[in-house]
Amino acid sequence: MNATDTFVAIGIGIAFGFALERAGLGNARKLAGQFLLRDFTVVKVMFSAILTAMLGLYWLGRLGAIDAAFLYVPDTYLAPQAVGGLVFGAGFALAGLCPGTSCVSAATGRGDGLATIAGLFAGVLATGLFFSPLAAFYESGGHGAWTLPALFDLPRGVVVFLVVAVALSAFAIVARIEEVRDLPAEAGSRLQSGSRLLSALAVFALTLGVLAAVDGVRTGTHKPAAAVPLVRPHSGC
Amino acid sequence: MKYANPYVAGVGLGLVLIAAFALTGHGLGASGAFAASAAGTVRAIAPDTAAANGFFNRYVADGADPWRDWLVLEILGVFVGGFLSAALAGRLRPTVDRGAGIAVRTRLMRAAGGGALMGVGAVLARGCTSGLALSGGALLSVGSWAFMMSAFAAGFAAAPLVRRSWP
Repeated sequence: MNATDTFVAIGIGIAFGFALERAGLGNARKLAGQFLLRDFTVVKVMFSAILTAMLGLYWLGRLGAIDAAFLYVPDTYLAPQAVGGLVFGAGFALAGLCPGTSCVSAATGRGDGLATIAGLFAGVLATGLFFSPLAAFYESGGHGAWTLPALFDLPRGVVVFLVVAVALSAFAIVARIEEVRDLPAEAGSRLQSGSRLLSALAVFALTLGVLAAVDGVRTGTHKPAAAVPLVRPHSGC
Repeated sequence: MKYANPYVAGVGLGLVLIAAFALTGHGLGASGAFAASAAGTVRAIAPDTAAANGFFNRYVADGADPWRDWLVLEILGVFVGGFLSAALAGRLRPTVDRGAGIAVRTRLMRAAGGGALMGVGAVLARGCTSGLALSGGALLSVGSWAFMMSAFAAGFAAAPLVRRSWP
């Protein structure tokens, strides 16, 4: 790894940690509150981040600014990921932090963040050291870079639109739950606060999603469709 | 200072994720840094064990240095970024987040136990909430969404059992 890569890795990490802390996700009470349906910060942050990145990468790929083939799609190993998810989720609720947020929690002075980090390290170390009995299960159910468009046999752009529609509906349901249960509106956690900006963001996401659906029906492919470069690549030299 | 609006913070996080993909080709991560540093620790104590181990070998193959793994550097950045954000907002304070009805010691034990379970789960699943759920989710990976759904299902099922951890 050269100096530039090191600089990029640390820089991206700083931005990542900064965003998590801003959102309040260095605070285990907020994360645990999600699982007790008392604080919806986790769902809001996570799904607005997924929508932003999904729409951004889709359209940057289609416009030729990013080569979609360059993006690493995690390989699917269905059984180990479903079972690993169950074990992980139980630990997440118990700790009130996940691996990334435990680092933010510790960095902001919290002992529970430090304890979670110690537990994580021990858990990974122990599982690695006693890996042989797990190896066969770990390698089972491999599907390579399998995606939802291939699973549902739908054009990629249509799936992008469906994810936008589901996430925006979930945000609306969350707002309704907060209203009905009159949850303490800690720190702009309500949809209502800054609602003009949020409405604009939602309309923007929906527009990009609908355009993706139209684009998907037109191209009709599961895979990222070939780019239609608006920015023409430099020729020659 | 109050925390940011979660939707706005989420859009910010999404832009960071796009930057990560555009600059490096892969997304964000966290549990991979723990795996790499565990591999580095094993290699420092018993190099042959690390090389022969079915999980750690991938981090030390071909003379690779696990301590220089992309994710280890990124996670160092996460500590710095979290610290900076909290410092700017006046939120740096030594504390243990917990409910009123629970001792500090109990809370720390639960945090460590939860961490250990997440360590096991993340190894099996090949990632965590950052690399698998967030980054793979944005690229519509089936395994990412399967992981996300089972993790949240287990979280909702387990949380009432430790309700007293929280206010």
